[in-house]
Amino acid sequence: MTTTAKPLGLKKLALGEDRFSYGHRMCAGCGAPIVVKQVLMATDYPIIATNATGCLEVSSCIQQFTAWKIPWMHSAFENSAATASGIEAMYRSLVKQGKLEDRNVKFIAFGGDGGTYDIGFQSLSGAMERGHDMMYICYDNGAYMNTGIQRSSATPFGANTTTCPAGDVIPGKPQQRKDLTRIMAAHGIPYVAQASPSYHTDLMKKVQKAFEIKGPKFMNIIAPCNRGWRSRTNDAITLAKLAVETCYWPLYEIENGVTKVTVKPKEKKPLVDFLKPQGRFKHMFAPENEDMLKQAQEYVDAQWDRLLKESAAGESEKAE
Amino acid sequence: MSKKFWEELPQGSVVLEAGSSAKFKTGGWRSMRPKWIEENCIQCMFCWMYCPDMSVKVKIEKDNKGEDKAVRADFDFDYCKGCGICALECPGKKGKKAIVMEEEGK
Amino acid sequence: MGKIVAVTGNEACAEALRQINPDVCAAYPITPATDLMQRFSSFVNDGKVDTELVLVESEHSAMSACIGAAAAGGRVGTATSSQGLALMWEMLYIAAGTRLPIIMPLVNRALSAPLNIHGDHSDGMGARDTGWIQFYSENAQEAYDNTIQAFRIGEHLDIRLPVMVCMDGFIVSHSIERVEYIEDADVKNFVGKFEAVNPLLDLDNPKSYGPLILTDLYHEYKRAQHEVMTKVPKVVLDVAAEFEKMTGRSYGLFETYRLDDAEMAVVVMSSAAGTTKDIIDQYRDRGVKIGLLKPRMFRPFPYQEIAEALQHVKAIAVLDRADSFGGYGPLFSEITGAVMSMNSKPAMINKIFGLGGRDYLPEQAEHVIDELIEIAKTGKVETVKEYIGVRE
Ligand SMILES: Cc1ncc(C[n+]2csc(CCOP(=O)(O)OP(=O)(O)O)c2C)c(N)n1
Ligand code: SF4
Ligand code: SF4
Repeated sequence: MTTTAKPLGLKKLALGEDRFSYGHRMCAGCGAPIVVKQVLMATDYPIIATNATGCLEVSSCIQQFTAWKIPWMHSAFENSAATASGIEAMYRSLVKQGKLEDRNVKFIAFGGDGGTYDIGFQSLSGAMERGHDMMYICYDNGAYMNTGIQRSSATPFGANTTTCPAGDVIPGKPQQRKDLTRIMAAHGIPYVAQASPSYHTDLMKKVQKAFEIKGPKFMNIIAPCNRGWRSRTNDAITLAKLAVETCYWPLYEIENGVTKVTVKPKEKKPLVDFLKPQGRFKHMFAPENEDMLKQAQEYVDAQWDRLLKESAAGESEKAE
Repeated sequence: MSKKFWEELPQGSVVLEAGSSAKFKTGGWRSMRPKWIEENCIQCMFCWMYCPDMSVKVKIEKDNKGEDKAVRADFDFDYCKGCGICALECPGKKGKKAIVMEEEGK
Repeated sequence: MGKIVAVTGNEACAEALRQINPDVCAAYPITPATDLMQRFSSFVNDGKVDTELVLVESEHSAMSACIGAAAAGGRVGTATSSQGLALMWEMLYIAAGTRLPIIMPLVNRALSAPLNIHGDHSDGMGARDTGWIQFYSENAQEAYDNTIQAFRIGEHLDIRLPVMVCMDGFIVSHSIERVEYIEDADVKNFVGKFEAVNPLLDLDNPKSYGPLILTDLYHEYKRAQHEVMTKVPKVVLDVAAEFEKMTGRSYGLFETYRLDDAEMAVVVMSSAAGTTKDIIDQYRDRGVKIGLLKPRMFRPFPYQEIAEALQHVKAIAVLDRADSFGGYGPLFSEITGAVMSMNSKPAMINKIFGLGGRDYLPEQAEHVIDELIEIAKTGKVETVKEYIGVRE
């Protein structure tokens, strides 16, 4: 099957209609709706989406007001993937039985990091293992934002949240974040990627690529939250870019086990460039917490080095 | 017999009208207001791409080949929440921003 | 005329599901329901059904997948027991609140702790407030018949609610009984074509399922959900009438046995009703005017109809195969609720029996009836709630 991918030039894209509408009630400057609009914009395939409980869900569908122009379902917090797998199974069943026309529908399960890394992890893992033809998209804002900024396993090391506050004895989150993207890759699914809305072309290309692949796909997309990150309402895109430039949030994909860094920063910026504008890391800049900054940087460096090695291995594999 | 209010509610609380949030205007949330300075605009569409509230309007015009062409138009103040992302990300022309944030109501 | 077979309750329900051929089923193993979906899995893998079987990683996901599949717009079923149902708890409310017809045989089993795999009604009773319609079956035949009728009831356009079809773990699920199967074509014809309501798969009319509804409307949505339940009994009876025409087997909201002229009644559900009927016969032979009432539909509970059936009795013993710790047994509470509307109030006792699969023996029924005879004579109740068949 050869399909010509939808052109991703902004001028061309702007001719189309948004499938996620204004009038949603996400906070001003929230990164999540930018992620959603870019994902939906990347393709003209019909899409059916599910959504885990969380900011995106509670703000996009309230009473009779829905921002979604595609069929969409929220049922609970930990089961976006399971719900999507049921919808996808019904689609396959009805098409197979000739009860429904096959319109090449694509299925997306959205979830925040809490709904994905933590409480929804089992249902995500199960759905991916079963091989449903669907894509799971985590918009990672690094905490349980909807309930008021509690730590999740995606919360970065040191961050000040309402359940791991920067206290006198314990200064913020003691653990490093869980590397979910790699864990998903370990499922051996055909496509796993990490993206950032600041690199919209890269993000949308990944969505396009994923939709041409049959089977389970996973994308982890950084989605700044100015309330939780204690930053400014205008800096979602700037921070999502700094996350990439500091290699805190590398842009890469793992296609059939082959790793590829898709956007390599020209110059790797120090992690503090990403941390400094965010109030949640403020305490880390106190002289007595110098070591925390060091630890955070070392972790990022180690992760990035490993990724580069894997990517290089992937390159040489392709060359052979 | 007229139906009671709760009898008219959609079964299972399903929302039948797609994109109905358009009826909910969020413009009132704004404390800052973006201002578009058209002469500095290079039509890069970054503001359109990055606006979390789909509040940068687009006009469809014909290009010289007679094909549809998207052109940045003004803001949609019914929904713009005044976050300022568009202004921050706007490259503008020769260092001169095409979007500036102003205090609402000024 | 159907085929007479010797099968277990699980086998009979699996056969019903094969005949109904749902579009999507989800399955997760748990004793004693495992065997039901296992048998169904063979039907899937042998190509005997068109069902897409989603072999989920938990019961929470089983119900979530069923909810997604039902909203997508097709016929959906699953089965579970005990801890599995408990894990689904959150999703049970969502299935009902979203008005999705999902049919689920529930093989009743005790809940932990301590861990126990045998039959009692703790699981089903824990789910009584979830908004599901609940049927309790006495034997494999009833489990089979109820499963088939459940699809008609749950999917009825006036109803659109999920339905649990309960049978006692092991006692019914694993005992071989005589069952009369209906012809495939008749079952197919009886359940009819699935009619989708607001299907998510209707791409041209995109819908949003699962909005946030706060104080200004939630109460009204629940009021509407309550109203649907009030329509269920009529549909249940209509479907039963049609079912009787097809099979000759008659079903109501409950069953009465030698109750018409009874002075005393035992109220008990599911398999224990069979044992009790035998003992009632023995007492009847001795001239004791005792009868039985066996609720079939526990949700919605037919208070009025049951009150009418019991209005002439002087004493009632309600046997609960589940406890509400610190309260009366759940069935007892419902029967007292029904009795409330009666002019003359009968004396009532509540016996908790058979927990964790403890055998319900004929002598337990005899003791209960002997006590009832005393109570009917004196009008005095010594202890309202009591465990029976307990080792002392
Ligand atoms: C089973 C369950 N536990 C807890 C909650 C409460 N809850 C709702 S949303 C939420 C946080 C969501 O966090 P995340 O998934 O990170 O998404 P975000 O709100 O940050 O977008 C929590 C804890 C719930 N709805 N259900
Ligand atoms: S201020 Fe924010 S909401 Fe308003 S148009 Fe700019 S980016 Fe959109
Ligand atoms: S970002 Fe600035 S220059 Fe680009 S289209 Fe928007 S207003 Fe014009």
